[in-house]
This record gives sequence, structure tokens and C-alpha cells, in this order.
Amino acid sequence: MNLAVNNTSLFLAAMLVLVALAISLWQKLGLDKDIVIGVIRAVVQLFLVGYLLKYIFRVNNLWLTLAMIAFIIFNAAWNARKRGPGIDHALGISLLAILISTGVTLGVLVLSGAIKFIPSQMIPISGMIASNSMVAIGLAYRSLNSQFHDHRQGVLERLALGSGLLDASIAIVREAIRTGMSPTIDSAKTVGLVSLPGMMSGLIFAGVDPVRAIKYQIMVTFMLLSATSLGSIIACYLAYRNFYNEHKQLK
Amino acid sequence: MDALMTLKQINYEVADKQILHDIDWQIPTGAHITVTGPSGGGKSTLLRIMAAMITKTSGELTFAGQPIESYDPIMYRRQVSYCFQQPTLFGETVADNMAFPYQIRKQSMDREHVITALTNFGLSERTLQQAVTELSGGERQRVALIRNILFLPQVLLLDEVTAGLDEDNKQLIHAWLRRLNEQKHVTTIMITHDATEIAAADQLVKVVAGRLEVAQ
Ligand SMILES: Nc1ncnc2c1ncn2[C@@H]1O[C@H](COP(=O)(O)OP(=O)(O)OP(=O)(O)O)[C@@H](O)[C@H]1O
Ligand SMILES: [Mg+2]
Repeated sequence: MNLAVNNTSLFLAAMLVLVALAISLWQKLGLDKDIVIGVIRAVVQLFLVGYLLKYIFRVNNLWLTLAMIAFIIFNAAWNARKRGPGIDHALGISLLAILISTGVTLGVLVLSGAIKFIPSQMIPISGMIASNSMVAIGLAYRSLNSQFHDHRQGVLERLALGSGLLDASIAIVREAIRTGMSPTIDSAKTVGLVSLPGMMSGLIFAGVDPVRAIKYQIMVTFMLLSATSLGSIIACYLAYRNFYNEHKQLK
Repeated sequence: MDALMTLKQINYEVADKQILHDIDWQIPTGAHITVTGPSGGGKSTLLRIMAAMITKTSGELTFAGQPIESYDPIMYRRQVSYCFQQPTLFGETVADNMAFPYQIRKQSMDREHVITALTNFGLSERTLQQAVTELSGGERQRVALIRNILFLPQVLLLDEVTAGLDEDNKQLIHAWLRRLNEQKHVTTIMITHDATEIAAADQLVKVVAGRLEVAQ
């Protein structure tokens, strides 16, 4: 492999940070503090993760791997929750949605033999799945919030006609699921044409034959479709009820 | 006549603002009541409480002898049907709106019945395929009203449903409501600011500053 980043070259590459800093100072963007903090955090976090993963890969223990995946899922749920202000139980809902979407997707990948049940494959793939599911759920929450606000009158009218809560919300729920899934579908359409996505770029970078690398990317496309659709649908169907009170009235 | 709905000491408060004060009201079965009063007096709020669209802060509300709390709100709203002031239509076409009351009852739309209702209100079968965005204000109002009566409720609560309609259409709706009341025994309560409608009222009730005043 031709991978040659070492500490010295990294240090020199840090000059690139100076470019951003200089622009911030010169243009009085007031971002210099954020840039410094961002860079320090990135370096520290990545080093920690690097050593942690190295340790986990070496020990290769089933429980440790599962604990790491659980940690990833919990973090993803914690972040998804932030996009759903005002939605009660958003953490629990996100957790369940990400757990199921990640679990099912990983399960299919392992059973089909696309990936092996070893930490160096399970953990990065879980991270990709959970983070995409997290973004999809976050988008879906935001869509639920804005639609229940914008289409309030329509929902009230459906309720006044004696509609059940799901019938009153179904148009909104469908749109929110669509919103959660659409970035994945859009990127599936342009993958390889506009950007070379991370998985494939990384493999090519590491010297893997591009024809093999794209097979992994195809797998990633499939798994993200499953993760975002499962994540969005579970989260939306569990969350819409929250917009109503115990008297089946719109809050 | 028995009281179909009874309101006792109904109060409604939002954000520390008292909107309705100690409302006592008995609505006999088969009544045809007109409600009026100054803007902001609390008429819509009162009807929305009766329709289980919002919940009273205190007091007792009974329907057919049972407290409102004992009903499933969804089933209750099919019996006590509220038609909004300035309704919006949903979906794409008038047909989507007509289909909705059937959809929530897991039934397929009874086309004959819908067309009869449309014709009764001066619309036609052709209206069904029209986009909701193309309708005039009056047509929109009538389509919204039809949604409430495709399945007849026991009580129909109408919030200024004739506002903005021309005289012919007002007449049409009045005649139709009267028939509904007399022949189908639907209890109707309608809010209005219209002088002619107030003059023609069988029974007039006023809501002023959150209090109910029974006029003669
Ligand atoms: N959810 C709410 N939050 C705050 N104030 C409210 C709310 N609902 C109603 N109000 C206030 O209660 C008062 C009564 O409103 P309501 O809509 O019942 O009046 P109305 O008699 O129907 O008036 P109009 O004839 O103009 O339709 C108004 O001052 C209104 O601003
Ligand atoms: Mg009103």
C-alpha cells in the first residue's frame, strides 16, 4: 500500500488550517476561535477513536464489538433527538428506529456474506448505517414539526369530521418519510457521477482495484436505502401521535 | 323535549386569559339555534368545546345524557360535527374531500349520494373533478359543508358557514338546513353576524365577552 501520511507530513499539512485562519482574520469573519477549537477537537477525537478501534480490533471480542455498536447507536439517537424539539420521547423513538434499522440492515449484510462479523467490518459499517439513519430521522422530525405547523387547519378539519389520528396525519407522515429518504435516493442517482463516495474513495486510496471498490459502494447504496427507509418510517409512525393530546386534539 | 346537550358552568381559559365564563346552556333535541354576538366574544370557542376540538377548563358538558369524557372523541365528533369558519379543503380535487368521510369509515365513496348532495347545494357532478384551488370562496364553503353532512350527525355546529356567500346561496343553505332539521331531526346550531339570518332565527342566543345571553 502507498499510504504515506506520517506525523511530519500531517504537521506540514496543518498549514492548510492556517489558510482558513488567515481568511477568517483577514475578512473579519470572527471564526478563528471556532476554527482552532474545531481543529483541536477533530485531532483529539480522531486520535482517541484511532487507538480505541485499534484496541477493539486486536481484542476481537464479541461483547466489546457489540458494546461499541450500541454506543454508536445511542450517540446517533441522541443526535437525532435534537432535530425533534417538542416531540416527547424523541430519544426513545430515535433509539428504537436506529436500533431496528441498523440491526436489520447489518443482519442482512452479514447473512448474505457481504461483510464478516469482525470488528473491523462491523463497526465502521454500523457507523455508516446509524449515521445515515440518524440524518434521515432528523429530517423526518423536522418535516413533521413544520408540516403540523403549516397544515394545522387541514388537520383540525379532518379531526372535526371524525377522523382517527392516523387518517388525520397520514399525508404529513408520508411526506415526512419521503423527506427522510430522499437524500439517499438522490445520492443513489448521482453516485459515481458527481462524487466518489467515502467508502469507494477510501478503498481506491488504499490501493484496491476500482472494480472491487465499486462493489462495496453498491452494497453501501443498498444498505443506506434500507437504513433510511426503516429509520424514517419507524420514527414517523411512533412520533406523529405526539402532536395530539390525550383528548385526541391537536396540541 | 329532552336536552340533547347540557352545558353547566363551562369555563375556558388559555394562557391565563379567561375566554368563556360560566356558560349554562341546554340544547333540546331537534333545536334550530342561531348564535350571534360581537367578534372575539367566544362563539367559535364555545362551539369548538362542544365539538370536542378543544377541552373546557372546568364545568360539565353532557351529550345524550353522558358526560363528554365518556365518549371516544373520534366517535363523538362524528355525532357532533363542527364546520369551520373559513375552511380549507384538502387533497387535490373536490372528489378527495368528498371521499374523506368515507375513507375514515373504511368505506368506498357512494358516488350517487355525493352527487345528490352536490346538486342540493347548487353544485354538480362536474365539480367533483375540479381542483380545490380553482373553487370560488362560496363553492369552497359549500364543499366543506357537504363533507360534514355526507353522514348525518346528530348535531351540526356551523361557524359562519354562509359568510361571504351571495343571497341565492345563503337561501339555498338555509332552506337545506331547515329541511335537515325538520325532516332528519338534526339539531343545528349556527353562528352568524348576518342581520337577515338573525331576524329569521327561531331561537337566538348571544355570546358577549365570554358570557351567554339568551335573547327572545
Ligand atoms: N388558542 C387561543 N389562544 C389565545 N386566545 C384565544 C385562543 N382561542 C381563542 N382565543 C381568544 O378568545 C377570544 C374569542 O375567540 P373566538 O374565536 O371564540 O371569537 P368569536 O366570537 O368566534 O369571534 P368572530 O365572530 O370574530 O369569529 C378572542 O379574543 C380570541 O383571541
Ligand atoms: Mg368565530
